[in-house]
Amino acid sequence: MARIRTPKKSVNKTQKAGNKPEEKVQNLRVNKGSKKYNLPKELVEKYAKGNGVNLKKVHTKIHKKKIEEKEKQIKFAAQVAAQTEVLLTEQEGHLEAGDGETTTQFTQSEIREHVDLTAAAKTFELKLEFGPYRSKYTRNGRHLVIGGRKGHVAAFDWVTKRLHCEMNVMESVHDVSFLHVETMFAVAQKNWVYFYDNQGIELHCVKRLNKVTRLEFLPYHFLLTSCSDEGYLSWLDVSLGQIVSQVNTKLGRLSMLTHNPWNACLCLGHAKGVVSMWSPNSREPLAKMLCHKAPLTAVHVDPSGMYMATAATNSEVKIFDVRKLEGPVQEYKLISSAGHVAFSQKKMLALGMGNIVEIYRDCCTQAAKRPYLRHRLNSSIGNFNFCPYEDVLGVTTAKGFTSLLVPGSGEPNFDTYEVNLFQSKKQRQEAEVKALLEKIQPEFITLDPFAIAEVDTPTLADKLEAKNKLLHLKPPKVKYEAKNKAKGKGGSANMARNKKIVQEAATKEFVKASRQLQPAEKTKPQPYHVLNRFA
Amino acid sequence: MKVKVISRSTDVFLRETKQQIHKVFRNYDPDLHPFETAREYTRALNAVKLERVFAKPFLGNLDGHRDSVSCIAKHPKQLSTIVSGAFDGEVRIWDIPRRVCLRQFVAHNGIVRGITYTPKGLKFITVGDDKTVKTWNAAEPQLGEDEEPVNTVLSKTVITAISHHRQKAIFATAGEVVQLWEESRNEPLRTYQWGVDSLHDIAFNMVEANIFAACASDRSIILYDTRDNGPLRKVVMKLRPNKMAWNPMEAFTFTCANEDYNLYTFDTRNLNKPVNVHMDHVAAVTSVEYAPTGKEFVAGSYDKTIRIFECDHGHSRDVYHTKRMQRLTCVHWSLDNKFIISGSDEMNIRIWKARASEKLGPLRPKERNALQYAEALKCKFASHPEIKRIKRHRHVPKHVYNAQRELRTIKEKEKRKEANKRAHSRKGTVPHVPERQKHIIKEVQ
Repeated sequence: MARIRTPKKSVNKTQKAGNKPEEKVQNLRVNKGSKKYNLPKELVEKYAKGNGVNLKKVHTKIHKKKIEEKEKQIKFAAQVAAQTEVLLTEQEGHLEAGDGETTTQFTQSEIREHVDLTAAAKTFELKLEFGPYRSKYTRNGRHLVIGGRKGHVAAFDWVTKRLHCEMNVMESVHDVSFLHVETMFAVAQKNWVYFYDNQGIELHCVKRLNKVTRLEFLPYHFLLTSCSDEGYLSWLDVSLGQIVSQVNTKLGRLSMLTHNPWNACLCLGHAKGVVSMWSPNSREPLAKMLCHKAPLTAVHVDPSGMYMATAATNSEVKIFDVRKLEGPVQEYKLISSAGHVAFSQKKMLALGMGNIVEIYRDCCTQAAKRPYLRHRLNSSIGNFNFCPYEDVLGVTTAKGFTSLLVPGSGEPNFDTYEVNLFQSKKQRQEAEVKALLEKIQPEFITLDPFAIAEVDTPTLADKLEAKNKLLHLKPPKVKYEAKNKAKGKGGSANMARNKKIVQEAATKEFVKASRQLQPAEKTKPQPYHVLNRFA
Repeated sequence: MKVKVISRSTDVFLRETKQQIHKVFRNYDPDLHPFETAREYTRALNAVKLERVFAKPFLGNLDGHRDSVSCIAKHPKQLSTIVSGAFDGEVRIWDIPRRVCLRQFVAHNGIVRGITYTPKGLKFITVGDDKTVKTWNAAEPQLGEDEEPVNTVLSKTVITAISHHRQKAIFATAGEVVQLWEESRNEPLRTYQWGVDSLHDIAFNMVEANIFAACASDRSIILYDTRDNGPLRKVVMKLRPNKMAWNPMEAFTFTCANEDYNLYTFDTRNLNKPVNVHMDHVAAVTSVEYAPTGKEFVAGSYDKTIRIFECDHGHSRDVYHTKRMQRLTCVHWSLDNKFIISGSDEMNIRIWKARASEKLGPLRPKERNALQYAEALKCKFASHPEIKRIKRHRHVPKHVYNAQRELRTIKEKEKRKEANKRAHSRKGTVPHVPERQKHIIKEVQ
């Protein structure tokens, strides 16, 4: 029996938990031994798998028992997972101001002075001339690819500063993106999308992706998604080299693209203040949200897929609950409009305004009063990304690339089986094969990522629609091919008649079949009358 | 100002020498593991596909008999030994792992009808068409000695089947009458008769060891008790049961292989209705045997296939066939629950895996974990249409495929006809008869 379980963490719940600093301690008995583990309620909620099956609706005793057993196991698994939290080795980063200080006033150089050498080495600046630039990190945050509008493309390991490749593609570069491994990346050039390996060798040129403005990669689906100048949205399966779907959004030039890491839907920002969400399975957007009353400038969804931040030209920034498609949860009014937004793994929000980057902490559940950090760059921002699993924000500008330290922005503990930061070549190859084996099919991209585990029950509306559709169908055309008759027996008149007979028989059958689908008319039992028998 | 940023030192995260294994760090935070359900579904799909890829159940065959194999007996103490009898009177003892014949001799004049080992496995007893019951030493004779039976008993009547008591030194034979024998005596202890002209199979219960049952030619199954003078009860069916097997874990359950292509599981406490009807074979089922777990049984049929059924399921879980295997005469499930041994008309004994895609041999802990995980996933997503389809799909020989289709049309036709009859008759004159009651005539006390 398929499990029905949708862990929908509502924002309200977390809000409540965030507002109450005193933790309610829940007593959990694990195993039958005498050991009692006290886990804070928040922690249990974090690993909980939802409410589970409503046992009242299960009618058979045996299934009830079975489901009960399963529920117990799931609950136990969640508890054990929550207990593993004590085993995590690394501590989150943080920045605390002393009395009379604010964190906003600390500059990068001050932070750099107070941290150890390896961490200090993570701030650096590249002065480049082919800007404005765009950049992207790999999923493990070790590698970086940058592309300058004037054709400069470079990929490198930014931790060791080892260059993989650097070249000039002699065309305008609009966006860059790594694929599932650091050995391959895609570049959206003047006309088409090109793929390069880490030595800079051109692997492919995909001409069906025309005039692409933004690239996004969905690592679990192996889909490279792109939006174009001409309003096309496309999903390219990089494991097969096939375009899964290409949709004309009919919404004009697309220049804001981001994906929701929770359900792999694409979010497009539009000039009408609308964010539309797309999956490759439908020609229409799955959802549209009117976020601002002014043209949008930036959209980003946080890595847990809970919040979406949008910025508009009227210098507003709003944060929405993207799981429930509700909001705004928070609204901010800035002095000038933000051109870029980005969430970090720990839900810090970076806003880019001209040449200033502001970073906000705890801005989703409560209203942040002032920025956590602020940094002024010497030229206007191209884009920025938080480096996953590091306290680093990589900012590209018109004149290069700057790496900033943002204490507490990254997830300190990684999972080797999911994303390995210290991957050897062999491990990378193994992981690639494993990831390919469990590639998720593009059909599973829906607003609710748990849809696959739900019981498929057609609604009454669906049933009615299907029935109506059937009733108004045309009878199928029969393909009739006359047998070769002996000479003198056939003739075109005979053939036409035979064809008609066959077609009529098919129509009759079809009508009979569709009539069966109609509900039988209920005749009221007539009151008995003596003369009824002669009726 | 207090500041701390993430700073990972490589010597903590990397292994020290190449001889060490790579370090693994886990973080079970659900946010770091997105698309849980979709990924699990994909894994389940892969697992179920791999199961079909690795489904290679045929392990090997034992050839040597010069006529069709008529019966097989497993050694009760050694997994590697079986003894088989053939239609030309020859008996062979086999070593399964090496796939060689250890001993061969002509035991009977005519067909060897039944073989059974004594409970400790020191001797085995054969019965044949020459009306004799011969006891043989399980150990090979000394060099220079001839193959001679330890004991030969000449019965007054024809004997067609034999079954040994689980512990005691008594055995029962079936033929014109059912006889109960003591190993050391040359006369039967007791003779049971219930107005039947012949019986063709007999089996002792393995839990309630004094109970045994026999299949008779009047299409009945008769229950006996060694402590009683006469037979207990019988159930008469519409078509003849060919063979029967007791569930080794549930004393009151037995299954019979029937001539009407089905198998019927009975509860001895209520014989007038079988507990379950197992369908899928397309010809008479000739033999049946339970797995030692009592959860599954294997059936061999005249349609040249072996099918494995779960006790509480009406349809088979797997079907085994080869191009060369002919009509099955006997099937057995090895006592370690891992292998199936089948004897068939074309003189070969075949060895199969009980679970077609199981990996034989010891498993590494990681491997075992992976397999268990795959098993759990398959179970979790079992009802998804794609997974169900792949899991159920079997290739069957053409004749079976065609016969299945034919049977299906016949059944549909009968159903339709009955429905028509019912529609055009007075209410209640054409009652609904459940499938379980259709094939039973009566229970006789």
